[in-house]
Amino acid sequence: MKNPRIRFERDRTVWIASGKVELGQGINTALAQIAAEELDVAFERVRIVPPSTAHSPDEGYTSGSMSIQDGGKGIREACVQARASLLAHAAELLGAPVGELAVDDGTITAKNGGSVTYWECAAEAGEVPPAGAGVKPSGPTKVVGKSAPRIDLPAKVAGKPAYVQDMTLPGMLFARIVRPSRPFSMLMSLPELGLKEVNLVRDGSFVGVLAEREELAIAAAAKLRANAVWKETPVPEDFHGWLRENVTTRTILKEIQGSPPPGKSIGASYSKPFIAHASIGPSCAIARLQDGKLEVWTHSQGIFGLRHELSGVLGLPLDSITVNHAEGAGCYGHNGADDVALDAALLARAANGRPVKLQWMREDEFAWEPYGPAMALDLEARLDASGSIVSWKHELWSNGHTNRPGRSAKPSLIAARHLEKAFDFAPAIDPALPPEGAGRNAIPLYDFPDLQVVKNYVRETPRRASSLRALGAYGNVFAIESFMDELAAEAGADPVGFRLKHLKDPRARAVLEALQVPWKSFDGKENQGHGIGFARYKNIGAYCAVLAEVEAGEALRVKRLVVAADVGLAINPDGVANQLEGGAIQATSWTLKEEGRTGAVSWEDYPILRFSEVPAVDVRLLPTEFPSLGAGEAAQGPTAAAIANALHDALGVRVRDLPLTPERIVRAME
Amino acid sequence: MTELEVNGQRRSVSAGPDTPLLYVLRNDLGLVGSRFGCGTGQCGACFVIVEGKAVPSCDTPLWSVENKSVTTVEGLAKGGELHPVQKALLAEQAAQCGYCISGIAVAAAALLSSNHNPSETQVRQALDRNLCRCGAHNRVVRAVLRAAKETQA
Repeated sequence: MKNPRIRFERDRTVWIASGKVELGQGINTALAQIAAEELDVAFERVRIVPPSTAHSPDEGYTSGSMSIQDGGKGIREACVQARASLLAHAAELLGAPVGELAVDDGTITAKNGGSVTYWECAAEAGEVPPAGAGVKPSGPTKVVGKSAPRIDLPAKVAGKPAYVQDMTLPGMLFARIVRPSRPFSMLMSLPELGLKEVNLVRDGSFVGVLAEREELAIAAAAKLRANAVWKETPVPEDFHGWLRENVTTRTILKEIQGSPPPGKSIGASYSKPFIAHASIGPSCAIARLQDGKLEVWTHSQGIFGLRHELSGVLGLPLDSITVNHAEGAGCYGHNGADDVALDAALLARAANGRPVKLQWMREDEFAWEPYGPAMALDLEARLDASGSIVSWKHELWSNGHTNRPGRSAKPSLIAARHLEKAFDFAPAIDPALPPEGAGRNAIPLYDFPDLQVVKNYVRETPRRASSLRALGAYGNVFAIESFMDELAAEAGADPVGFRLKHLKDPRARAVLEALQVPWKSFDGKENQGHGIGFARYKNIGAYCAVLAEVEAGEALRVKRLVVAADVGLAINPDGVANQLEGGAIQATSWTLKEEGRTGAVSWEDYPILRFSEVPAVDVRLLPTEFPSLGAGEAAQGPTAAAIANALHDALGVRVRDLPLTPERIVRAME
Repeated sequence: MTELEVNGQRRSVSAGPDTPLLYVLRNDLGLVGSRFGCGTGQCGACFVIVEGKAVPSCDTPLWSVENKSVTTVEGLAKGGELHPVQKALLAEQAAQCGYCISGIAVAAAALLSSNHNPSETQVRQALDRNLCRCGAHNRVVRAVLRAAKETQA
């Protein structure tokens, strides 16, 4: 059987080529469950092989919470086809009709008593099954829908090699790059420092060092960085004001022209800052250029797009480049994984065929990873006499939310613009609706009879911007759901009831109703409050409502979050709960603390939530039989709004600019 | 040459005395479970135990551990069996990407060796020097409390 995605190995395991990559979200475990289920083999036998441009299907990017929907579908179809081919061949071998065959853990048994295993008949089975052969009878699932333990955690918990950062190749050199902590246009001077133990590599304003030992590369790069002079490019202080003044195009994302009755109109402006991915492990890649062939290992979300761009920047034909995915530290969107791969490849040109391992330093990561873009938002609505929303307007200003490699004729990788022969740089853009980028979740799921949603796209970006978990949904949902509470207060209505009043979608109503008990039973003391937030991610993905309970002391403290979600059929319920909980905690950190300022170099400049500050999180998955939906980004926006609404409940102040720092809260109280 | 004891074994390394211990562990001794996160002791991903305390190996020069005993995440297991903290982390599925988890396992093992029965607040405070970005904190805390309980039993 020749199936490019499935191989039955001699050790009685099954090799599956996935097009989606493990980002720390546990996707390999869920995909192995799907394969085990469809093939009728034990879960433990399935090996998901890291994607490589050499052997994997091109499934685009691992992004947008689509891996179960798209990647799972591809694997499911390949497994269904393989199983049918194997059964058809086994029927011939065993002299029994396919309908009289049963499969248990890869062993096919006929009613006549004969049996054969997948591994015995895989070589001879046909590539494509005969029409209608071996369709699996429907019945209860054995592996899918159960909380299988993560297949990668035992090695990680034991401290075994697990990441690209841990890889070693024979003859490997260590590299570091030399970049400043602020945006720059060119390198003005690089002093001769007489560095003996490193090889200095320079191409225009791109500078790096190679050394036999890692600490030597680090020390040399630090010394060069301290003494080099760059021409910096200014970043506006009032970034949100700057966005409003530098609009490239204004687009109406949705418009419903109703004839709203007269009533009271109110409006409010909101904002979110640049937010860093701030993964614990800085980006890392290994590159080897030998005999005109480039091989790269990195934790990219899209190895084919990266290969395309490496080809263009390095002037190498596509078929002479292999990009292999190797796991990195947690990935929450378009981080430095692609940039560090080009950096490593450029340095590999000076390594005489030896492999080069480059890990960015913490300051490189804070300075150069693409941040989730800042957004400014204006909302306006009219209430009728009965307290219903009769008109709604949402207008936003933002850079594009995706600048991934391989999506434009121009490169987007950092080093490309710093080379002697500099490339013109592709601007960050937005995908079309749905899912949109800056406009993601800008269209409310509520039923409003008169509606206008407008996006102002700003092409120029003084600091690097691209996709961060949830993209524009974080800012849009924060604004919409904060504003819903402001309108509910204006109408004198209960926030949960007010939302339900404007919401027809039964699945949306169900996640909100799932929070009614904890919502009503909240017994807040002085300075404590509760708030709620809701969204359907991308308006086509998972439904999620979040209840936050907070206490306002010297700083705002989130004590507890209750997350109710409908993700359709959960392939791995514990994995889904882990993603929702992790997303809610990360969003709590964004909402309370995070603001990306240029020049940040350390965790002191960019604090994130710590163990003592993390709220209790109670995840409630609604049991549904709908098709599976991705869960990884659903909680981000609702969590932000729930916290802001709870702050208002606690202190009576409305903070409309993120993050909700003590300074902003005090200012709002004055 | 600098002599030190790593996970119960005497090791002799030729790296310069100012070399941060992290690179000696990872690149000279092949112990890659201690990971680079910040290089300034602010994140905990590279924690090792020196004289009973969890310390950042990125910020510990080699000379300072000469003739001392260092335990890394790889040395937490005894006789092929994982440390109770590591077992509990698996039981609670207490990680997402796992990059921070070895440093957390080291910090938690150091905590339990000095405090056999910590409260939840004490566990959180002890782990405040470890950053986790995926949001696995609550599962980690449950795992450490579980390890404490199971070690007591």
